[in-house]
Amino acid sequence: MDTIIPFEGIGASVRRKEDLRFLSGRGHYTDDINRPGQTYAWFLRSPHAHARIRAIDLAAARAMPGVIAIFTGEDMAADKIGGVPCGWQIHNKDGSPMAEPPHPVLAQGKVRFVGDAVALVVATTRPQARDAAEAIIVDYDVLPAAADMHQAQAPGAPAVHDDIPSNICYDWHIGDKATTDAAFANAKHVVKFELVNNRLIPNAMEPRAAIGDYDPTTDEHTLYTTSQNPHVIRLLMGAFVLNIPESKLRVVAPDVGGGFGSKIFHYIEEAAVTWAAAKVNLPIKWTADRTESFMTDAHGRDHITQAELALDEEGTFLGLRVVTQANMGAYLSTFATSVPTYLYATLLAGCYQTPTIYAQVKAVFTNTVPVDAYRGAGRPEATFLIERLVDVAARETGIDKIAIRRKNFIRPDQFPYQTPVALQYDSGDYFSTLDMAMKASDWAGFEARRAEAAKQGKLRGIGISTYLEACGIAPSAVVGALGARAGLYEVGVIRVHPTGSVTVLTGTHSHGQGHETTLAQLVSDRLGVPVANVDIVHGDTAKVPFGMGTYGSRSLAVGGSAMVKAMDKIVAKAKRIAAHLMEADVADIEFDRGTFRVAGTDKTKSLTDISLAAYVPHNYPIEEIEPGLEETAFYDPKNFTYPGGCHIAEVEIEIETGIVSMVNFTAVDDVGRVINPMIVEGQVQGGVAQGIGQALLEACVYDAQGQLISGSMMDYTMPRADDLAPVSVATHTTLCTHNPLGVKGCGEVGAIGSPPAVINAVVDALRDYGVRHVEMPATPAKIWSIIHANAPRMAAE
Amino acid sequence: MYDFAYHKPASIADAVKLLAADPEAKVVSGGHTLLPALKHRLNKPTSLIDLSGIADLKGIKKVGNSIVIGALTRHVEVATSEIVAAAIPALAYMASHIGDNQVRNRGTIGGSVSNNDPAADYPGAVLGLGATVHTSKRKIAADDFFQGMFTTALEADEILTAIEFPIPEKAGYAKMKNPASRYVMAGAFVSKGPMGVRVVINGAGPGVFRQSAMEAALAASWAPGAVAGVKQDADGLNSDIHGSAEYRAHLVGVMAKRAIIAAG
Ligand SMILES: Cc1cc2nc3c(=O)[nH]c(=O)nc-3n(C[C@H](O)[C@H](O)[C@H](O)COP(=O)(O)OP(=O)(O)OC[C@H]3O[C@@H](n4cnc5c(N)ncnc54)[C@H](O)[C@@H]3O)c2cc1C
Repeated sequence: MDTIIPFEGIGASVRRKEDLRFLSGRGHYTDDINRPGQTYAWFLRSPHAHARIRAIDLAAARAMPGVIAIFTGEDMAADKIGGVPCGWQIHNKDGSPMAEPPHPVLAQGKVRFVGDAVALVVATTRPQARDAAEAIIVDYDVLPAAADMHQAQAPGAPAVHDDIPSNICYDWHIGDKATTDAAFANAKHVVKFELVNNRLIPNAMEPRAAIGDYDPTTDEHTLYTTSQNPHVIRLLMGAFVLNIPESKLRVVAPDVGGGFGSKIFHYIEEAAVTWAAAKVNLPIKWTADRTESFMTDAHGRDHITQAELALDEEGTFLGLRVVTQANMGAYLSTFATSVPTYLYATLLAGCYQTPTIYAQVKAVFTNTVPVDAYRGAGRPEATFLIERLVDVAARETGIDKIAIRRKNFIRPDQFPYQTPVALQYDSGDYFSTLDMAMKASDWAGFEARRAEAAKQGKLRGIGISTYLEACGIAPSAVVGALGARAGLYEVGVIRVHPTGSVTVLTGTHSHGQGHETTLAQLVSDRLGVPVANVDIVHGDTAKVPFGMGTYGSRSLAVGGSAMVKAMDKIVAKAKRIAAHLMEADVADIEFDRGTFRVAGTDKTKSLTDISLAAYVPHNYPIEEIEPGLEETAFYDPKNFTYPGGCHIAEVEIEIETGIVSMVNFTAVDDVGRVINPMIVEGQVQGGVAQGIGQALLEACVYDAQGQLISGSMMDYTMPRADDLAPVSVATHTTLCTHNPLGVKGCGEVGAIGSPPAVINAVVDALRDYGVRHVEMPATPAKIWSIIHANAPRMAAE
Repeated sequence: MYDFAYHKPASIADAVKLLAADPEAKVVSGGHTLLPALKHRLNKPTSLIDLSGIADLKGIKKVGNSIVIGALTRHVEVATSEIVAAAIPALAYMASHIGDNQVRNRGTIGGSVSNNDPAADYPGAVLGLGATVHTSKRKIAADDFFQGMFTTALEADEILTAIEFPIPEKAGYAKMKNPASRYVMAGAFVSKGPMGVRVVINGAGPGVFRQSAMEAALAASWAPGAVAGVKQDADGLNSDIHGSAEYRAHLVGVMAKRAIIAAG
């Protein structure tokens, strides 16, 4: 070989292959797809948070121009269409199953949040469908709403679901209550703390969209949709909602413009257009406008928590007690129930040796849009609680906040480490990430910077978060035992073509993460094929074997591992072919990045020689080996993966206005083996941007009647470039011990580790004002009122 | 949006004729306020009269001791005009801080002033400089033009054609942005010149208003500390999820001080 191919394997910052398409406007998103004869859907949505539907008058609407059909919940009931299912069953403390009210595709008798779909209008154009929807007359009997968890649990609260008068979905617990209570009884210090994890609206750049298409000649249904996991949608919608066998249902998720969790779930619009397309025998497209995104995409977070940490004299953690209420919204979204339980409470040990933990979680129905996984899903909530609590504990015991962390860290020699809340951590080195981050952020020089800022009338603060998370989800047997109604393995197909290029089919899905590059690098590293000659295919159930999609930072750890297994099979078969071609013993064939060599000789064959022989088997051991060079592997992880690290935020507060500015952000993360450092940096920075958004900017607000007040970009503060600080990213690797790549995952660490670092910095900035905690988001108005309320005290001192 | 007829007249007279003929018609300039409202179906005009083809509505001129800015002049043009920078730098500064590039490239002074959004920037400058609003019918003093939230002296068949700003001795502007929309949470435009000493507050209340106690204090002594003793009453100020009336009242004082510093 005379051309020198730059190294594109593991560890190379290969530029993202997909970006040419995205940056030049040639991405192909669901709304870019148009089917012959396509019609348009508009959903009439409830303007009320809670109301009974007395009657729906469709007469005027049906007579409107362009209207093809109008459907309501009654039509769906007549067709025996079920509701959209919940994918995870949680059990109450007493062992009974959670309350699981139906989530009808179109409202049946009652609406339960502003945006709940009441009718589906199908028309020739989108404006016609919308015009007709406006002509539908719904007679509502408006009921009082339970707009938040306080209202929902107040005596005499309105019942979101008539047969669940308490509005409680489940009352669940984990850990050992008796030993935890005993630890508190013997504690020198008990630090108590109440905090809110603010509700967030995801706002992926691409709004949700869905096209239903039906072919009566083959009886095949196709759904094009903005999904992070098309097979999951096919399974849930086909088997549980519309009764379509998998063989007759194709789900395509083409380019998807951001998901952050909000596009995991099976939404009612997907089922509605798929069903209705067969009814009217025409393709139907629905595309959300931004208002619908705000109103109907599943929201994130929304916890209220009381926590207590018991410590001994020296600051060693003795036990942790947590009581959390988690908002489910009006219906159970696909994975909603797992978020505040197995993705949250199991994380409460963090990176500390807390010997005993007891957590109780109550999930509450409210008249708001469903809440489900959002970047980090449960782990940001746990991390915020732990890292705020540790800071408060440091302050109240008088122990330095770094020292108290080091004292309680799980040490590198303690892995594998069994926590008291079910998880077993395989690897990590929290001391090194802490040291690196303190150095990179010049922690030691902070007080000088604070004094300098004070001269400009600014309060400067520094905050730290040393976090751990569990991702790479997940071992199927483990999650099955915990109530998951799905397996969480992944599939990979490696198809080596006759002349040596490679197509990979993966069940994971890329919606901004850069898989087309990262996954191609795995092939390049192993098989020596240039990245340009490796194509990654995902997002189409007609092309890819059953896979579980992308969320929970699982694509590399689980999907990449499946690819490694498939490549193992490719190499094993290719070696046998090489042995035949070079007339050697298969045991003597060595393989390294595309070259097969007879050990100790200069006899070699390239991968292309082998693939050509495999597909043109003229000189081939056809009796022993099948032709072709394509292998499939399914990989089920043995454990979660456990990224961790240290985030340090530095902020400045303008006293006059309360404006908090990010001035510096340092992230040092252990994400396991790094495949593409540039992509990891981008993923961490994006996650940190969302974490800063949660900490300083984003507030989802419903009023007491359940109207969404923060329902547009005019009122919901999405982070913009000038809201952020330079985010410096470094990695420190300890390998995952149980997957073949040693990778852990990097997609969510930024959003998990950063919010407590930012709020710890804000509280530190306000240290002279006697502030113990600041709820997120730390908006200028909130900070000003804190400063203002404490100003007389400051003046007096 | 709902269907509407579209007209693109070439003269002010033709535009007024079209407007007078159809009580449900609306004029459109930059469209950055009107089009989002139409897309949300909050507005249902029968026809849109696009002013962008009327040459007489464009341009920035110095006329005697005033700067006259045509209604169709875009924010970016005011922000980058040498005439404005030389005569009223505070106005150029203000225009350069409206929205973002896209908004400044489309939005017009006429559209903004006619719309009189309580959170908009321009009304602060128009009232704060004691400008005169020129219309297709008459000239209206700024003091008479703004009549509270989204309300002005403009009649249904009247088009704003230009704004005449008397050149001040000094002027300054400061605003606290709404964190989400980046419109004005509370802003202050101060000036001293032919129209006297003015302290005008935008963003904080239901409409732009003159802060007379601050004007008196500043007239007595032009210094950043001059307004420190004047407390803005929170009563009647806006209160929403971004800030209470008390917070806005406090910001009025801070922004007034900053505007005075900016004016020099
Ligand atoms: C994302 C975004 C951010 C923004 N941020 C800011 C901000 O920070 N500060 C700020 O002040 N503004 C902001 N704006 C508003 C922007 O400046 C608008 O463009 C401006 O307020 C209206 O100007 P226009 O030319 O777009 O008016 P249009 O949208 O065309 O019209 C607005 C209204 O005025 C009427 N009208 C227009 N021209 C005339 C005329 N000559 N005579 C009579 N009536 C007329 C129209 O009929 C309509 O009712 C923002 C807008 C957007 C979309």
